[in-house]
Amino acid sequence: MTVAIGDVAPEFALPDTEGQTWSMADGNGAPATVLVFTCNHCPYALAWHERLAEAARDYADRGVRFLAINSNDEERYPRDSYDAMRARVAREDWPMPYLHDATQEVAHAYGAKVTPDVFVLDGAGRLRYRGAPDGDYEDPGLRAEWLREALDAVLSGAAPARAETKPVGCSIKWKQ
Amino acid sequence: MREPDVELLWWEGCPSTERAADAVREALAELGLPDAGVRMREIVTDDDACEAGFVGSPTILIDGEDLVPAAAEEQIGLSCRVYRRRDGRVSPLPDPDDLREALQRAAERTEVTR
Repeated sequence: MTVAIGDVAPEFALPDTEGQTWSMADGNGAPATVLVFTCNHCPYALAWHERLAEAARDYADRGVRFLAINSNDEERYPRDSYDAMRARVAREDWPMPYLHDATQEVAHAYGAKVTPDVFVLDGAGRLRYRGAPDGDYEDPGLRAEWLREALDAVLSGAAPARAETKPVGCSIKWKQ
Repeated sequence: MREPDVELLWWEGCPSTERAADAVREALAELGLPDAGVRMREIVTDDDACEAGFVGSPTILIDGEDLVPAAAEEQIGLSCRVYRRRDGRVSPLPDPDDLREALQRAAERTEVTR
C-alpha cells in the first residue's frame, strides 16, 4: 500500500522509547503532523537527523507534531532494536518521540521506502508532502528546506508547491 | 607514480555508489592518474558480505586495504556505511581528503604487499 497526496493517512498506534503509545488520533487539533521514517544505523538518516530535529524545535510553538518511526528489522539489524533506540534517545536530545514499528505494518501502510522518508499531514490528517527533507544530505545549510516549505504552506492553509520529492536514503530493512 | 589497485564494494540498497565511484575517479585524476581503473564489485547476499568482510556500502579497497579500517562496532552485513567527515559530520561517503591522501600514499608506494 502507499498513501497518495491528498489521501487521509492511515491510523496507527506505536510505542515510543518510554513505552507511551502514540497514534494519529492523538494529533487531533494539531495543525500539522510530520512523520519521519528513520533509524539508527543509516548514514543518510543520521546526516539529516539534526536538521529534522531543528525543524521540530522551530515548529513546536506553532503546534506542529513530529513523530519519528523506526520500522527496520531488528533481528538482522540489531542497531535498530528497541533497546538501541532507547539508548540513543537517552544519550541524545530528541525533540520528538521515537516510535517502534516492530511489525513494520505502519511502514507498509504508508509505503515508506527508505530512511529518512518524510510525510507531512495537515490538520485533517491528509498527506500534503512526501519525500526528502531537502535536496542534499551533505549540506546542513539546506536546513530541511523542502519540509519547511511544505509546513509553511500547510500552516497557511495552502497546498505545498512541491508536494513530492524522491526520498533518498537506506532502504527500509524488511523482515524476510 | 604507480596506479593503485582500487576496488569499490557496493550494495544496491544504498544510493551513493555512483557518487563514491565518481569521487574515486576524480581523486585519481587529480593525482595525474586519469586512466587508473576502479573495479566495481556488487555485494548481493549476506554470504557475499561475510566472505568479503563487508561492513557497508560503499567500501573502498586500495591495494586490498580498506580506506577506512572498520571499527569494532561495525557489523558485517548488507547496509549503508557510516563515515565521518573531518569536520565530524556523518556522511554516506568518506571524506574526500581521506580518499585523496590514501590514493596518493598508494600511488607513491614502490612495492605492494598483498
